[in-house]
Amino acid sequence: MVKPQTVLETRNLTIRYGDSAAVIDVSLRIPAKTVTAIIGPSGCGKSTLLRALNRMNDLVSTVSVQGEALFHGKNLYASDVDPVELRQRIGMVFQKPNPFPKSIAKNISWAPLLNGYRGDVDELVEKSLRQAALWHEVKHKLNDSGLELSGGQQQRLCIARTLAMNPEVILLDEPCSALDPASTSRIEDLLVELAGRYTIVIVTHNMQQAARVSDYTAFLCDGRLVEFGPTDRVFTRPENSETEAYVTGKFG
Amino acid sequence: MMATMRCKAVAAAASMQATPPRDPALSGATAAPGRGDRVETAFSTQGVWTSRGLTRRHFINRFCAELFRACASLGLLMLALLLASICRDGMHWLDLQFLSSFPSRFVEKAGIKSALWGSCWLMGLTALFSIPVGVGAAVYLEEFAQPSKLNTFVEINIANLAGVPSIVYGMLGLAIFVRGLGFGRSVLAGAATMSLLILPFIIVASREALRTVPLSIRHAAYALGATPWQTVRGHVLPAALPGILTSIILGLSRAIGETAPLIMIGALTYVAFVPEGPLDAFTALPIQIFNWASRPQAAFHELAAAGIIVLLAALLSMNAVAVFIRYRFARKLKW
Repeated sequence: MVKPQTVLETRNLTIRYGDSAAVIDVSLRIPAKTVTAIIGPSGCGKSTLLRALNRMNDLVSTVSVQGEALFHGKNLYASDVDPVELRQRIGMVFQKPNPFPKSIAKNISWAPLLNGYRGDVDELVEKSLRQAALWHEVKHKLNDSGLELSGGQQQRLCIARTLAMNPEVILLDEPCSALDPASTSRIEDLLVELAGRYTIVIVTHNMQQAARVSDYTAFLCDGRLVEFGPTDRVFTRPENSETEAYVTGKFG
Repeated sequence: MMATMRCKAVAAAASMQATPPRDPALSGATAAPGRGDRVETAFSTQGVWTSRGLTRRHFINRFCAELFRACASLGLLMLALLLASICRDGMHWLDLQFLSSFPSRFVEKAGIKSALWGSCWLMGLTALFSIPVGVGAAVYLEEFAQPSKLNTFVEINIANLAGVPSIVYGMLGLAIFVRGLGFGRSVLAGAATMSLLILPFIIVASREALRTVPLSIRHAAYALGATPWQTVRGHVLPAALPGILTSIILGLSRAIGETAPLIMIGALTYVAFVPEGPLDAFTALPIQIFNWASRPQAAFHELAAAGIIVLLAALLSMNAVAVFIRYRFARKLKW
């Protein structure tokens, strides 16, 4: 078996909010075109770690980062990296669906047009919506507001919006925690489908979800990386007793 | 702990149903005020938990509600009295001739044409200066400024400026615009002074409007590779626009009624022409009203009342537009 190429990597990454450390000394390699799940109990630093990967943490003024986060071997926190450019290549979907208060079509075309997209806009809108498995539900109402869709549809619209930028990596921060089971399962199917083309990192507090969609799983506890490996192995033969306790539902 | 105990006591009392209420009129929340401490209620209580004072509590509740209703009505009542008194004095002077004549020594010929046009000029120029500067400052403070000592200092002082008496702005305008920059006693100097006066208000209220736009929208835009300005321009400003427009209109409606700074910078009290450019001398509605009201003849006092009606009409319609915008867009935007 060919060893998969590493797209994102963290080396001894420590992230602090003021004086309190949220992520401590985390080193992990995220392979290309796979789904990597980050699991762990509440407040263990999952989201902070995820947000470090496209520098969304920069928006919090008290945050400080030590160690390295590498994208194709280049440190994201190097002085010559422009976070705006970085986020074009590493997209993010948030916990609560947050479509822009604009039409469905504009939700998708806004960012590409901003970044100098010169192709056919209608084609891009259709392609992105098809990829996000939303096209058939909205094709007759592309000019309706994105806020009029249901929660699950809104979240798929947010995924479509991210896909329209043609990113390499998609980060998802508990994308299903505000959704009902039916919408959740549609999004999980979608993630599995997208994994062949994109590198996906998903934070989830739902272990079944991690087991269903991911190829690799990282288990975080109190800011430290406890275990990282192929999902099958982490769930069936965990090396660490804490991981075993968590995945078997004894705590968390 | 206390809550559970109370729940248990209530539950026990409810299940007992020892004595049914004698008089149904006395039961429930609408119990009429009684004299004694012991009142029969729908649920008889036991032990340390009694309904003692329940009637009194309901009475105090109703008393407070009525008292506060009176407070709330007072403002409306005063406005109604003011309007009635002014309309009685001035309504019969209010006609097309009044609106289209220049002021005159003769009551029958006098009108507010120059004051009306002066106020229009003043408002137009004030809007021109205060809107871009006010909204720009609000956007900077809310969207771009990093927390620093200087920015905190700027923020606190903008809030302080909102409380500075308007006559002080008049003195500032006189020193800087009329004399310093040599605008003279022009409508330009007046508008610049008015802009300074309402800027703090517009900045503070626009910041409030920007703050109501959820952070998640900004995050969404950043995560798609937008710069902060693209985020503000594309999503935050459009979403905050109704609130910002409301703050602008309310700011301008404060400016239209201000008199003190205009007197200070020397707006003329008798003007028999319409300003044709920003450097022309001018008068404004409140100045004209003040002028008429300070004359000895009673007929001129009635003219002043008619002028007040015009000013109030302008003011109330501006506020109505602000209310309309707020409700119209508040319904449309749900996050």
